[in-house]
Amino acid sequence: MALLEVRDLSVVFQRKGEKPFTAVDGVSFDVDPGQTVGLVGESGCGKSVTSLAIMGLLPRRGNRVGGTATFEGTNLLSLSDNQMRERRGRDLGMVFQDPLSSLNPVISIGLQVTEVLQRHRGMKGDAAKRKAAELLDKVGIPDPTRRLSEYPHQLSGGMRQRALIAIALACAPRLLIADEPTTALDVTIQAQILSLLKELVTDTGTALVMITHDLGVVAGLCDEVNVLYGGKIVERAERHALFNHARHPYTHGLLGSIPRLDAPKGEKLVPIKGSVSDNIPWDNGCAFAPRCPNAIDDCRQTMPVLETDGPGQLRCHNPVELADAVREGAR
Amino acid sequence: MTTIMPKRRKDKVDELAKAAGTSLTAQAFKRMRRSPVAITGAVIVALFLLMAIFAPLLTPKDPYFRYPELFTIKTPNFIPGSMPGFLFGSDEFGRDFFSRVLVASQQTLLVGVLATLIGLSIGMVIGGLAGAFGGWVDTVLMRLVDVMLSVPSLLLAISIAALAAQPSQWTVIIAVSIVTVPIFARLLRGAMLAQRSSDHVLAATAVGIRRRTIVLRHMLPNSMGPVLVQATLTLATAILEAAALSFLGLGDPDTDRAEWGLMLANAQRYLEVRPELAFYPAIAIIIVALGFTLLGESMREALDPKNRR
Repeated sequence: MALLEVRDLSVVFQRKGEKPFTAVDGVSFDVDPGQTVGLVGESGCGKSVTSLAIMGLLPRRGNRVGGTATFEGTNLLSLSDNQMRERRGRDLGMVFQDPLSSLNPVISIGLQVTEVLQRHRGMKGDAAKRKAAELLDKVGIPDPTRRLSEYPHQLSGGMRQRALIAIALACAPRLLIADEPTTALDVTIQAQILSLLKELVTDTGTALVMITHDLGVVAGLCDEVNVLYGGKIVERAERHALFNHARHPYTHGLLGSIPRLDAPKGEKLVPIKGSVSDNIPWDNGCAFAPRCPNAIDDCRQTMPVLETDGPGQLRCHNPVELADAVREGAR
Repeated sequence: MTTIMPKRRKDKVDELAKAAGTSLTAQAFKRMRRSPVAITGAVIVALFLLMAIFAPLLTPKDPYFRYPELFTIKTPNFIPGSMPGFLFGSDEFGRDFFSRVLVASQQTLLVGVLATLIGLSIGMVIGGLAGAFGGWVDTVLMRLVDVMLSVPSLLLAISIAALAAQPSQWTVIIAVSIVTVPIFARLLRGAMLAQRSSDHVLAATAVGIRRRTIVLRHMLPNSMGPVLVQATLTLATAILEAAALSFLGLGDPDTDRAEWGLMLANAQRYLEVRPELAFYPAIAIIIVALGFTLLGESMREALDPKNRR
């Protein structure tokens, strides 16, 4: 049995007097211990909402969460608020997108690390401080003892994200969800943070769910990749398979829109036309159909289902031909 | 190739670079040190505080002693004016008016600070509870506050003071403090609600921190800025309202006590003979209220992130 089994997860936002909006629509995936699973897609495809739902961090009102998220045999979605509070930080950790605003500006870094240790490990005073310094050292913050008494504004962006990773990993959770952890950082720092995450995950056997819109991050980090579109998984593949022969036209489009160093000179990037808002509800066909170059009549009439396709899974009526995909991928 | 920046642009860039490494409070403090309004306010407040604290040492004469030698001319309605040793002259009982104006600053400081502190504490409890719990607690508490806000503050203070069986300085303090409660409650609630949906509160929730700790350690300290600024502004209105209540005879009836509002009320009867008796306490009230207002306003402006330059 996998560490985390998400089955048929759905999140519907409902406001009084407005049409309900399905942000996540029947998402299922597994995460094994030590495995890194990517959730990829453009803004608004439901990747962050998926992670917040698993962590029980969605606002209490205005939404309906369906399906199950089984973590070591217990369905996290059925736990009470207080039971979830016990688990968060101890069994489940989370790293957020914006390190600048995710730290409390008025209390010291040290207190923000030790409060987690005190909460879940009952550590106090010097023992907690020593452990906190050790944690900061582990995430590569130089001179950790001095940094403990400093405030967030005294740290650089990369340092802050390291501190947040230290806080999330303080109690050695078995699952870490990273929600676009590198988006707010510049490129050189991005690489450092990613390799740090990878190192920590391999060292401790922590499972990692990586949420990102950046396929470069996926390429460097994830074992398995789930591509989301309109709240549904449209393609699931092992990392190399995805980069070498993406079958879904959406994944294909995403790959085509990344600049590559080895591309022939003068070659243009191929954008995906339209935007996420140009979709149709899944019940009437494929949500991607209005933007899809491969769309056929079937796409606008019946909803494609997630079917096994070689080693991965695919939700498409008219996928990119394997031969074309391979040629494109090898380019 | 290097481009040469115009000097003004370069200064601005340097300033921004310097600002990047400092906290908002440090920046606000720096901005305040450059603002003449803030300095004026701070100087007035500092002088007032010194005056109130050291009043017993500063008074040239005993403010409570009735000097018989002042009434050499025995005419009805005669009040001696300024003379050597008695800078502001005397009041109708022959007490040194300058010393009394000085000593009255103690009373003003006491009433102003106590009323503000009591109002701040009650307001913070109400606003804090509303902001921390939200939902129906918030609704009930805020409707209560709305009711308080719907009555003009001076009218409410007068009603509360008039209801007291035994008028004393405490009725003034309590009446003025109750009037300030809704302002603090609303401010703190608003700031707390903004904190509730902030990223760092979400991040603290994501590592399982208890709700009590989140409220006390993560939400409350981050919401205090506007409340403290408001407290400075409230000091000014508290001083004005306390003076108004004494003026209307709702304060301490003890005529020996020196109090600017009460002095103003007594001076009414002698306006034709000695208008200075009204003039001095009035000027004192105006300057002190102005000092606190200038300081508070410039603090609010300096802390407002919209005014970041």
